Amino acid sequence: MFFWIIRRDLLLAARRRSDVLTTLFFFIIVVSLFPLGVGPEMNMLRVMAPGVVWVAALLASMLSLGRMFSSDYLDGTLEQMLLSPQSLPLLVLGKALAHWLVTGVPLVLMAPVLGIQYDLTNDALLVLTASLLLGTPVLSLIGAIGAALTLGLRGGGVLVSLLVLPLYIPVLIFGAGAVEASTAGLGAGAHMSLLGAFLLASLVLAPWTTAVSLRISLE
Amino acid sequence: MPTLQGIDLTCIRGDRKLFSGVNFLLESGGLMQVQGPNGSGKTSLLRMLCGLASPAEGEIRWDGTQIRSLGGDYFGAMTYLGHLGGVKDDLTAIENLRISSALGGVDLDERKAHAALQHMGLGGRELLPAKVLSQGQRRRVTLARLLACGTVLWILDEPLTALDTSAVKLVQGLIERHLEHGGMIVMTTHQEIEIAGAAIQRLQLT
Repeated sequence: MFFWIIRRDLLLAARRRSDVLTTLFFFIIVVSLFPLGVGPEMNMLRVMAPGVVWVAALLASMLSLGRMFSSDYLDGTLEQMLLSPQSLPLLVLGKALAHWLVTGVPLVLMAPVLGIQYDLTNDALLVLTASLLLGTPVLSLIGAIGAALTLGLRGGGVLVSLLVLPLYIPVLIFGAGAVEASTAGLGAGAHMSLLGAFLLASLVLAPWTTAVSLRISLE
Repeated sequence: MPTLQGIDLTCIRGDRKLFSGVNFLLESGGLMQVQGPNGSGKTSLLRMLCGLASPAEGEIRWDGTQIRSLGGDYFGAMTYLGHLGGVKDDLTAIENLRISSALGGVDLDERKAHAALQHMGLGGRELLPAKVLSQGQRRRVTLARLLACGTVLWILDEPLTALDTSAVKLVQGLIERHLEHGGMIVMTTHQEIEIAGAAIQRLQLT
């Protein structure tokens, strides 16, 4: 069942490629605008890079949160999911995983290429990519809670950013911090461990919270 | 054989009371038709019966146990077809059927899904994306789930909308066969429907 839902969401994403590409191009454009705006000041760019890439990743993953449940809500599939004998948190986990595969993974793959614009060293690029790899699933999982809570509300898109962005802050701090620590020669281990802890905690807690929010939203 | 029982059900939407004191008992082989004018709470009642909403007062029992506490066990015995068919535009008819059956807990193989769609008069259109199907054909895709689900209780909200006469006959046949095999159905419809040899209860909401 878990795999059915992932397969279905990936199939839907493959049939509507524009949605996926918008998120990716948003990320690419935002990250590329900074070097153009700030100018070719290598030292400044190197310092800014982790923060800029991470903020752009937060915004890009949020851009697609609205679609996570809303199309299923509008055509009645969400009702079926709620009435499924299968466990709802597991279904939600599948949907969050599919969301990450569609929006998170392309960002992770693109990040090292974009990092070159900021003159990052190879080590820093590696740490940046690794921190995104650990951090972006957290964004999808936490975002699912916000998307479920704002389901069917007018102006839900703005509300979801107000709800979810504050929750993204720890991931942003430690994700960007990992790169800074590694360039400063301190080693990124501590930051990575914390990101991993966030990932584990949200893997366990977020699907349950989302499932409860969905039941409330549909009542 | 299981029973579905509603005791003193009350539904409140906003500050308006839609209905109160609704009682019924549905037994194996029984059909309950919920009637009433638009806005009298038919859909709200069906959503309560399937566990999507909870009644403001009263309780719903499946086999003597509250459906809230049964959870997944109840969902496994029930199929709900709502106003929204749960048909995805970008998926083909057969993908839609297989996925919604999987959500209902039945792993439908390709051959059986073909047979179900064929039975619903969609033979040859299995591989078309749902967005090119007509309203009635989409409804048929939704109804094909009933052939595949194997559950005891069907809760159908206006199953006959947008269907032509031959499809209405098909649905009647489905309903009759289900009741013969000891199934139970709760449905709303504004159309006259004749079901042979079944005990039809009518529940009037005002």
